[in-house]
Amino acid sequence: MIRAASPTRPPSPFQVRLQGAAVTLVKYAILIPLTISFAFPLYWMVSSALKIDPQVYTIPPILLPMPVHPRNFIEGWQVLPFTRYAFNSIVLYTVPAVLFTVLSSTIVAYGFSRIRWPGRDTLFWFVVMTMMLPWAVTMVPLFITFKWLGWLDTYRPLVVPALFGHPYIIFLLRQFFMTLPEELSDAARIDGTSEFGILFRIILPLTKPALAVVALFRFIWAWNDYLGPLIYLRDETRYPLALGIEQLRQRANDIGNFSNGIPYLMAVSTIVALPIIATFFLAQRTFIEGISLTGLKG
Amino acid sequence: MAAVTAKPSRYTPREWRNLRLGLLFVSPWILGFLLFTVYPLLASVYYSLTRYDLLRPPVFLGIENYTTLFTTDPHFWNVMYNTIYYVGFSVPLGVVAAFLIANLLNSRIVARSFFRTVIYVPAIVPAVASAMVWQFLMNVQYGAVNGVLRSFGLPIIPFLSNPAWAKPSLILVAIWAQGAAVVIFLAALQDVPRSLYEAATVDGAGGWRKFLNVTIPLTSPIILFNLIMGFITAFQEFTIPWLLTEGGPMNSTEFYLVHLYRNAFRFLRMGKASAMAWILFLIIVAFTLVIFRSSARWVYYGGDK
Repeated sequence: MIRAASPTRPPSPFQVRLQGAAVTLVKYAILIPLTISFAFPLYWMVSSALKIDPQVYTIPPILLPMPVHPRNFIEGWQVLPFTRYAFNSIVLYTVPAVLFTVLSSTIVAYGFSRIRWPGRDTLFWFVVMTMMLPWAVTMVPLFITFKWLGWLDTYRPLVVPALFGHPYIIFLLRQFFMTLPEELSDAARIDGTSEFGILFRIILPLTKPALAVVALFRFIWAWNDYLGPLIYLRDETRYPLALGIEQLRQRANDIGNFSNGIPYLMAVSTIVALPIIATFFLAQRTFIEGISLTGLKG
Repeated sequence: MAAVTAKPSRYTPREWRNLRLGLLFVSPWILGFLLFTVYPLLASVYYSLTRYDLLRPPVFLGIENYTTLFTTDPHFWNVMYNTIYYVGFSVPLGVVAAFLIANLLNSRIVARSFFRTVIYVPAIVPAVASAMVWQFLMNVQYGAVNGVLRSFGLPIIPFLSNPAWAKPSLILVAIWAQGAAVVIFLAALQDVPRSLYEAATVDGAGGWRKFLNVTIPLTSPIILFNLIMGFITAFQEFTIPWLLTEGGPMNSTEFYLVHLYRNAFRFLRMGKASAMAWILFLIIVAFTLVIFRSSARWVYYGGDK
């Protein structure tokens, strides 16, 4: 605009600064409300977890609960056997799923990246294709198979397939392994080190950040998984936290069952979301790098 | 590589060794691929041609499941409409929103990583937890949003209890959880060489022209990636609609996977559910192909390809 008005004369420093200030102002005028609206649901979850019923149903809504009721976290947790659910989530599901997936995917990714063999890259295309395969197609036959094996009401249908690698994680690890120079392996091969030796003694120590990324991803998927347990688990004592929360909602919805239903529900939801959020904050860099890599050469 | 695939006999002993080793390393995946992908895919074709309730052996029906779905099934076309509506709005809106937010975050701002964190965290919070808080927020009687509207004397919004509002409400929740796409875009934007922007400035391009002629072309492969992954995910959205609205009100959020799940695991119609799964599979493949083919016209792959 300024240029058009005075084509021969460059804008004065003052004009440039004014324009810059206007742009900055607009930027923050968008960014700040946007950030607040993204943060609000989770803020509301935590703040409602600290309220009691009368504070929940007040209009206008109470932004900062006063006084706070941190006891909800304990009382809500005790409405249902949440300690048991947490045990199931951690010991029966998340830990084995992460260990199995990372171990198997590492070995497979190594075979797809650090050894040259005819047909390798063709076969790798199938890995990429299974990444895009809608899981809905295999859901029903897998259920029938696992039922036939007598695996219903166990975590085996959710954990055993992890022993065979996860396409997405194989893909990510392969990308990481490819970045390491070939000479590393060649030198070790000349020394007579086996391929497994090279993988575990040379490659893995160099790819610790990559392993952290995929382990984090797998942890989140298992921790957050709702549909898997919903399909395979009927016995309430076997529920993971995700199903426990829904169970709590049902109890809270039966009016008259107990008071503070919503604060309890929000308190337990906060506790279940906390490990994920905490992990993110502790490993933010790793996380962001991992996700950024996802998009590259997708 | 291409030469050796012609005749196995031409492999040198070293190649043989590598082939054996390579196959040994990838064998877990091959086995898993056969057990958990190939076999279920084939079985799914078979089940889709039967009536099967898990209690009695499957009864072969031919293509009846498919013809019933397309012609006489009272829900199928409604489910299809709901799904297309949801996918058609949530994915383009989500990708555009993520792209704009990423551009905003990529510009010179203070506390970038703070803003990025706030926008990304909703994407990794357990869907069950987000469903609980959104259901509470959007409640007609005591939800915070309507609480605010009410205290200003404004009309309330029946987010989840009115068929006209339910789909847009779920789309809103989906966009709220778009943080991963934002992070991917942000990484792509940071890879755009500075020199290109400088060259554009020298040529007299303003901010808008640079956005159109530098930023968009150079990040278009990532736009394509996010679009495709977005479509595949959105077509299979289950947890949020199942927990927030359970397909209601009046079946307005009965999305494809919700309906498929209901048929398979509530009504034990494994045959019908398998037929639905295959139809969805073909839709997703067709969608992906169309986007890929159109991408030749709008995706820029740089000089190296």
